[in-house]
Amino acid sequence: MFWIATVGILITMVLALARALKGPTVFDRILAVNMFGTATVLLICVAGFQMGMQTTAGEVIADSRPEFVDMALVYALVNFVGVIAVLKFVRFGSLGHDDRRADQQDQTGHQDPTGQQDPRGPG
Amino acid sequence: MWIDVLTWMLLATGAVFSIIGAAGILRFPDFYTRTHAAGITDTMGAGPILLGLMLQAGKLAYAADWSVDSVLVIGKLAMVGAFILLTSPTAGHALFKAAFAAGVKIETDDQGVQRFDGEGGDDVPG
Amino acid sequence: MRHSIVLFILLVAAWLLWSGHREPMLLALGALSCLGVTALAARMRVSRYEDPYLFALRTVTYLPWLTWEIVKAAVDVSKLVVARDLSLSPRIIRVPASQSTEIGQVVYANSITLTPGTISLDLRDGHILVHALTREAAEGVLTGDMDRRVTALEDRA
Repeated sequence: MFWIATVGILITMVLALARALKGPTVFDRILAVNMFGTATVLLICVAGFQMGMQTTAGEVIADSRPEFVDMALVYALVNFVGVIAVLKFVRFGSLGHDDRRADQQDQTGHQDPTGQQDPRGPG
Repeated sequence: MWIDVLTWMLLATGAVFSIIGAAGILRFPDFYTRTHAAGITDTMGAGPILLGLMLQAGKLAYAADWSVDSVLVIGKLAMVGAFILLTSPTAGHALFKAAFAAGVKIETDDQGVQRFDGEGGDDVPG
Repeated sequence: MRHSIVLFILLVAAWLLWSGHREPMLLALGALSCLGVTALAARMRVSRYEDPYLFALRTVTYLPWLTWEIVKAAVDVSKLVVARDLSLSPRIIRVPASQSTEIGQVVYANSITLTPGTISLDLRDGHILVHALTREAAEGVLTGDMDRRVTALEDRA
């Protein structure tokens, strides 16, 4: 029963990897890697149940592997923090960047998406 | 058993939608439209799959006489879903803004920003 | 201070539930990390926002409706993906956010982003910039239905 989810997630991963390789911008790659990470979280969850199923085929199972879900929890967090960290690095060139301090020094650092000026200023 | 049938349907739904989401980020023409496709995998892909797994975890918990550890698996799966649903829009928003700031070209059908101040729905751009 | 205490209790509860261990060593480590997170939250001044816990409880009534919206929107975008020829008409629109609290605005903006087909870009002067994938998705946000529902969440306080 779990194979259908496993196959679906694996295909998702392949397609996401294809976009990560194709690019063209670095943001496309980060987006693809983010999706790959989500798929990984799901795959870990599904794998926990699947591997529990295989040990006692046919019967109601007492030993699936709930500890896999803990790993998925941690991976979900790592994935998010990783994406944000990579984004920050791409944008500022370092992870120790302080947004507030830089804004005071350089008001032109932020390009406004709509071309409007924010009356309250950045931050 | 009806739980198994329901799980099947949920897992299949999740698998199909996450593949569609991944196909979307391959097919859509530019970065900004691709972020929308990624949203499908994060919501309709992850949600049904985790729901299906929660049903199975419930079945296992029933077999284990609702012991604390077996019930906790359901809660943890729910937490995985909550994390994905909380972090996905945040990451998507951050990506979108970072791409804007980096000057990735955005293509829209309309000219710039349309204003909507609540007087009827006539000024929908298009 | 009240925020920090509530947060600490919640963190300890989460630790006890998730770890399932009762050894003194692990309990001490857990207490330590809970204290650390509480201190970090205090340093980030999370508590300057309105009471988030009651709001989170009230949000429960909003989730079923949001889930249904997400399902509908996901099906719409999926149709676009599998259609033979792509008929996208991306656009940026500006919708009012009538929430009076920051947390209400955050919930509204995140709800917009969570719904496939629309992503919130920016929030300023009580309005949210939304990037919509199609005309239909844009019209869906412009009805203001979601906005009203999120605002209703905070008014019941």
